[in-house]
Amino acid sequence: MATIQPHRVRPGRGVELALLVPALLIGLAAYALTGLGVTGELPGNVVGYGVGMAALALGLHVVLRWRAPYADPVILPVAIALNGIGLAMIYRIDLGMVARGREQDFATRQLGWTTFALLLAAGVLVVLRDHRTLRRYTYTAMVVGLLLIVLPLVPGLGVEINGARIWIRLGGFSLQPAEIGKLVLAVFFAGYLVTNRDTLALAGPKILGLQLPRIRDLGPLVLAWAVSISVLVLERDLGTSLLFFGLFVAMLYLATERTSWVVIGLGLFLGGAALAATTFGHVAARFDVWLNALDPEIYNRAPGGSGQLVGGLFGLAGGGLFGTGWGKGRPDLVPYAESDFIVASLGEEIGLTGLLAILLCYLVLAERGLRTAIGVRDGFGKLLAGGLAFVVAFQCFIVVGGITRIIPLTGLTTPFLAYGGSSLLANWIIVALLLRISDDARRPAPDLVTGPPPGTTTAPLPVRTPGSSRAGAPRREGEPEPSADPTERIAGPGGVR
Amino acid sequence: MNTPLRRLATVVVAMFVVLMGGATWVQFVQADALNNDGRNVRTLYREFGRARGPIVVGGEAIASSAPVDDAFKYQRSYANGELYAPVTGFYSIVHRGTMLEQAENDVLNGQADSLFLSRLQDLITGKQPQGSSIELTINPAAQQAAWDALGDQRGAVVALDPTTGAILALVSKPSYDPNQLTTHDSAAANAAYQALLGAEGDPLENKALQGPTYPPGSTFKLITAAAALESGRATPESVLTAPDELPLPQTSATVKNYGGSSCGSGGQTTLADALRVSCNTAFAQLGLELGADALREQSERFGFGNDELSVPIRVEPSEFPDEVNAPNTAFSALGQYSVRATPLQMAMVSAAIANEGELMTPYLVQTVRTADLDVVREADPRRLSQAVSPTTAAALRDMMVGVVQNGSGKAAQISGVQVAGKTGTAQTGREEESPHAWFTAFAPADAPRVAVAVVVENGGAVGNEATGGKVAAPVAKAVIEAVLGQ
Repeated sequence: MATIQPHRVRPGRGVELALLVPALLIGLAAYALTGLGVTGELPGNVVGYGVGMAALALGLHVVLRWRAPYADPVILPVAIALNGIGLAMIYRIDLGMVARGREQDFATRQLGWTTFALLLAAGVLVVLRDHRTLRRYTYTAMVVGLLLIVLPLVPGLGVEINGARIWIRLGGFSLQPAEIGKLVLAVFFAGYLVTNRDTLALAGPKILGLQLPRIRDLGPLVLAWAVSISVLVLERDLGTSLLFFGLFVAMLYLATERTSWVVIGLGLFLGGAALAATTFGHVAARFDVWLNALDPEIYNRAPGGSGQLVGGLFGLAGGGLFGTGWGKGRPDLVPYAESDFIVASLGEEIGLTGLLAILLCYLVLAERGLRTAIGVRDGFGKLLAGGLAFVVAFQCFIVVGGITRIIPLTGLTTPFLAYGGSSLLANWIIVALLLRISDDARRPAPDLVTGPPPGTTTAPLPVRTPGSSRAGAPRREGEPEPSADPTERIAGPGGVR
Repeated sequence: MNTPLRRLATVVVAMFVVLMGGATWVQFVQADALNNDGRNVRTLYREFGRARGPIVVGGEAIASSAPVDDAFKYQRSYANGELYAPVTGFYSIVHRGTMLEQAENDVLNGQADSLFLSRLQDLITGKQPQGSSIELTINPAAQQAAWDALGDQRGAVVALDPTTGAILALVSKPSYDPNQLTTHDSAAANAAYQALLGAEGDPLENKALQGPTYPPGSTFKLITAAAALESGRATPESVLTAPDELPLPQTSATVKNYGGSSCGSGGQTTLADALRVSCNTAFAQLGLELGADALREQSERFGFGNDELSVPIRVEPSEFPDEVNAPNTAFSALGQYSVRATPLQMAMVSAAIANEGELMTPYLVQTVRTADLDVVREADPRRLSQAVSPTTAAALRDMMVGVVQNGSGKAAQISGVQVAGKTGTAQTGREEESPHAWFTAFAPADAPRVAVAVVVENGGAVGNEATGGKVAAPVAKAVIEAVLGQ
């Protein structure tokens, strides 16, 4: 007689620990090779650096064992590896600048930010026991997100760097609030969409095979569009604008399964971008640079020429298939080689081979995030994990696509690699959230024998404090939270491994 | 929500496939084009970051690189820069290389295919790769003698070893100091370059090999005479028509002799005498009889029209015009009209006559050695063509000896040495300009060791009074003495 064996889920912490070893070694080896390549000696603090990074990574690993034992075992090692590679390259650019007589020590600062970011990620995992708690803060997140976006426009606080007004200066630190903003807005979108998805998906006329939304349901979409276009216009930042809008459209699609939203969204954005390109000089210049980068006239134009982009292309070409080796190229020749153009720097020194490996790391990270979204049982978690995983991948696409001339160049940071505190903090919090959600996704359902009697839901009910601050949420009363989610029936116990 | 999540996952994969394609496109497909882009300073830094090999003349480096503490790591410098500028050229961060620095770049920087094994060795032993040295055929004494003898006059000198084609001297004046262009301060290098571009006499021009080629004037009569002898129509003793003034067909123009003098008696002279005194009317008549095609063919056997010649510095091809009517054929036979030649070309004419009619390919690089002194490449003298038969060559030699012994080239006489030569005084075609003075010669006539060609632009110091015999022959003499004096 056949017996049904319950599917045993291995928590995966052992796998994670095993993967952390090569992940840490990659970063450490890159750091050591950079020192050897440039100065001929190991960096003075190589032991301290190795021990420190290992302690941070292992610390986070221990926190996972304690607070999220079923979390995805691949996400943390991939993020650690990327962060380590980024640190090595930032250190390499520092050395290059010092060789040119310019004191620069971004690596130490970035190491500080890394420490802070990993501690923050651990904090998120400890404090946030259940990601569904975040749903309570849907509208708070909206307000905070919008505030973060408009913060650089506040006189005296925001600073304009290279024509883009996306920075604020707070006591000695420059921050890009939009980096945190994308995270907060993902929370808002997830909370908002999980509540309104049915209205958005089902109501409205059908034209030409497209299920169109009702005009009044267009409100939030129009708002998001307006925000991203105003970012484009007021802060002159094509990249952030594209990132927000891409995130919103992707999450809208996830929630409603309606292609019409994607079509409308893309149409709106392309229309807005085309309008901006014809109306605003700086946007038009970006397109010009993209299409005619090698044209001498565009190359020599200053400001707004293609010098930086072409410099990055020269670097990538110089690296060729296998790269010059750590410390053996000249990535420092390109402006912002340690932040916006770190991908070109890496392509130069570790070649196409190394760059493809890095891209694969991102792909693995994003796909693990999406896998988490498929595995998790509640709609909010699905949207949040899907949105966060997508935003990391999309940001990579915008940055690397810009540098390799697939799309116009925009100023965004490469997640985990690029120099910049706000970006590191935001991306490590994303990792912490994905880990948190994946713990829920992979945690085996309560044993059927000891579980609740048949007829009740098998998923844990999340809302323990219904009277708490879900201010403004329209359907609070009697909302059958997770069981209303049709996908719950699909994602059975066990989830993904 | 799982279906759209799966679709989104596919979209994400597609995005990364596009990115990987983009990276491959830039780093693999387009890499060569981008690396060769003139604006790509990385290529330059990479090249400058290597120890570049020296250029050696007579056992001493005339160009060498020394380590410095800046972004380029090595500083190129030139000993006796002005003297050797037309040979070495310069190697600048702003304008890259010229002359040998450009032509032998991949050997000097160690990236030549022939150095692959050496590079592999360095890779395995972990040694810093170093460029190879190139040793030149230049004879320093001859080079210096040519430089000194030319003095402040504009012009060029080329000396060859007629039996091998090795270039013994290569001087172009006015010259410049390549050191001022190799500074790593790109603004200063650029300013120096611009100043040289606008300088009097175009110092950056290699007048010996490339400069705007000169009308060879009467030195071309050697080729006309060669064509006549080769055709079998004439011997040195053949009697030619030599009126004081030769009317030309189809035109009212006439050919006169230099200074309106007559050559021979009764309007007749022998071929040998006509060459000895450089008789224009006789050679114009001879040219008319031979025809432009015969002249062109003979000139090409001496190297005219060869647009592939490099030593390995590119050599501007010397020209004999394609379409020539009768009167212009007469002028062409005198090395005027559209006939143009480099000093190297005229040295090759003498060298071929000296070497029993066999023209050797000229070359500058004797030996290429790795930093470990292993020989990578050794010059291999090669025949370029058989310009004339040995009989014709012997006849021309004797006629050229006559020129120096008792003709227009007496100034090139050296006691105890038989010099064979030919003068030229070439009209520039511009009324107000003095003619270019030419002399090409070889010596000793019976066992030639050096062939030389000299051009002094616009008559040099003597100006309008200049003839090749007066101005250029003494320079050739000095060079020959320097080579034979050793």
